[in-house]
Amino acid sequence: MAPQISTLRQALCTRANASRFLASPSLSRTFSCSAEEDSTPFTVDIAVPFKGHHIEPPPQVAETSPKELMSFFRDMSRMRRMEIAADQLYKSKLIRGFCHLYDGQEAVCIGMEAALTQQDNIITAYRDHCTYLGRGGTLPEVFSELMGRKDGCTLGKGGSMHFYKKENGFYGGHGIVGAQVPLGAGLAFAQKYEKVKAATFALYGDGAANQGQLFESLNIAALWDLPAVYVCENNHYGMGTAEWRAAKSPEYYKRGDYVPGLKVDGMDALAVKQAVKFAKDHAITKGPIMLEMDTYRYHGHSMSDPGSTYRTRDEISGVRQERDPIERIRKLILLKEIATVADLKNIEKEVKKEVEDAVAKAKESPQPDPSALFSNVYVKGYGSRAFGCDRKHSSAVLP
Amino acid sequence: MPFAKHLCRTLKSAFCVGHGQRALTTQAGKAKRMNLVSAINSALQIVLESDPRSYVFGEDVSFGGVFRCTTGLADMFGKHRVFNTPLCEQGIVGFGIGLAAMGNTAIAEIQFADYIYPAFDQIVNEAAKFRYRSGNQFNCGGLTIRTPYGAVGHGGHYHSQSPEAFFCHVPGIKVVIPRGPSQAKGLLLSSVRDPNPVVFFEPKWLYRQAVEDVPEDDYAIPLSRAEVVQRGTDITVVGWGAQMAILDQACSEALQAGISCELIDLQTLIPWDKETVEASVKKTGRLLISHEAPITGGFGAEIAASIVERCFLHLEAPVSRVCGLDTPFPLVFEPHYMPTKNKILEAIKASVHF
Repeated sequence: MAPQISTLRQALCTRANASRFLASPSLSRTFSCSAEEDSTPFTVDIAVPFKGHHIEPPPQVAETSPKELMSFFRDMSRMRRMEIAADQLYKSKLIRGFCHLYDGQEAVCIGMEAALTQQDNIITAYRDHCTYLGRGGTLPEVFSELMGRKDGCTLGKGGSMHFYKKENGFYGGHGIVGAQVPLGAGLAFAQKYEKVKAATFALYGDGAANQGQLFESLNIAALWDLPAVYVCENNHYGMGTAEWRAAKSPEYYKRGDYVPGLKVDGMDALAVKQAVKFAKDHAITKGPIMLEMDTYRYHGHSMSDPGSTYRTRDEISGVRQERDPIERIRKLILLKEIATVADLKNIEKEVKKEVEDAVAKAKESPQPDPSALFSNVYVKGYGSRAFGCDRKHSSAVLP
Repeated sequence: MPFAKHLCRTLKSAFCVGHGQRALTTQAGKAKRMNLVSAINSALQIVLESDPRSYVFGEDVSFGGVFRCTTGLADMFGKHRVFNTPLCEQGIVGFGIGLAAMGNTAIAEIQFADYIYPAFDQIVNEAAKFRYRSGNQFNCGGLTIRTPYGAVGHGGHYHSQSPEAFFCHVPGIKVVIPRGPSQAKGLLLSSVRDPNPVVFFEPKWLYRQAVEDVPEDDYAIPLSRAEVVQRGTDITVVGWGAQMAILDQACSEALQAGISCELIDLQTLIPWDKETVEASVKKTGRLLISHEAPITGGFGAEIAASIVERCFLHLEAPVSRVCGLDTPFPLVFEPHYMPTKNKILEAIKASVHF
């Protein structure tokens, strides 16, 4: 790929910007594909200050590299495209049931993945499509599962709300609000017991923050010093209820009371990365910590919710203009001249094609065999009997 | 959608008063075409108007609720009587029990029956036993819990469950399930006014689908009385809620095959009307029960056991149950899982030809 801007201009810009923005040696300044491999570290200031509760916040800087920023851009664009494609599939009735889209919140899962390994566990609620991709899932698996096909990540039996990837430490994908949080405490206990130097990140929303079971598990985690990080993805609306109407204290990072907390700008992937890195260290060495990600979802709660009856369109477009996570990374990349406008457009085109191909592939996948209705109710061989209507013929032992 | 229209016609013909069963007790006799949502809304309005110490609360009820059952109530009666709660089922029911214990009429909404389990402890251990354990000093009879239940075609694991059987196992509460708009209004009014805590399951599939003439005034359908929806001679068919529409279709088709079915709507599951079902089975000699909930341990098992006990010598065939399968409520396999009209028809024929 030929360079899109002249070398002279590049050199001038580098000199002009270097002192202001770069804290370490200059970056190599060629095409985007080499930027995607350039791991030269540099630091970036985090704009919105962290707020700590019973804890000193981490430094307001994040270390990153051109490679990381390019991967953020590519991965977040892929997630955004995926959610938009899911929206279209739902409207054409290829996806049925419930579909909760994550667009707007991509920085949270991308930032988390940048700071974690697959030895760390992530468990979340039903807005899990992007979290699944972040944990190593593939686009065809996502679309197949959404359409209830055999090649889906949960074999077509889970649907939108139940994505899992055990080998990559992704424990799902849960429908009942708040129920996944005590599970997270259990996962953390197992990690501590098995002396794995890793943490469990239990994600929940501002609506779930008022569930009793969350506080029960918080007490357990604090009492036993479990490496659990409680991450509240605060998108400010529990379905249609604004946070100030549901919670006496919408300062979710403080709700841990005796558990320290940190408030993070959830639309800034680098801030998320910094906070999650900090939280993981804290969880492993000291005990549980709570993170509040200040984020926003563009779609309604689910595809049945237009999302505009409880908030103004101005609010939504305002966030899109000022705080969009992908735009933020785009601006940073362009500012640092890591890549050009055309490079980024190319990436977006590539990602769009990827998503389209995945959708086409998923559409070809067949529905699961009807016998799958009975599989995995119990462990194979230990099931109960199922009878046909007349109780004489067609009885079967559930596999 | 042709199916919906057919369903509405079927419901209309099955449930209109001209079939000779017990008429609804109304005074003015003025009726209006309403769907299930409007019928429930009408009942709630009557309660809020007539009882100054009544309250309706739950997640999102203030703007009308996710199914619009509480539309307009907050505007009419004020935000201190129709209000939203945070997302905490256990809290909602516990709060409702307390409110009822102080002599108020508390109508709590649990947004989907699938979410009722955090509140299960409160219902079973607190609400059901309050009067008993306090020697009648206290009670929470003013509590009614309303919740939509049942399959809709695409609800999946957590928007389709029928948990009525869990609650039928608890002495001290009542479980009521209407089959259509006019029953819903009358049964809800009775449930709210019944001096015992009631769990009222609303068939969400019928919220908009079922439309019929519903009396506009205040009326009651008594609890613990099953209704014989259709008289017959060959087999007794028992069901409740949304399943009644399916049973009705199956019975019509069975009639074409020469089998006369007596269709009974249980309406109240506990305490249930054993006498009506018993009288019917003694006449027909055959019983079929159908519900969406999984077959093992479903409420059909209780009916089957009781009837066998009472009518053993009258039975010509084993009691038949056509229910959901013993699996979690599936996602894409819903048509296989559900007790469909064909499964019921097959079972009716098997029973009659036993």
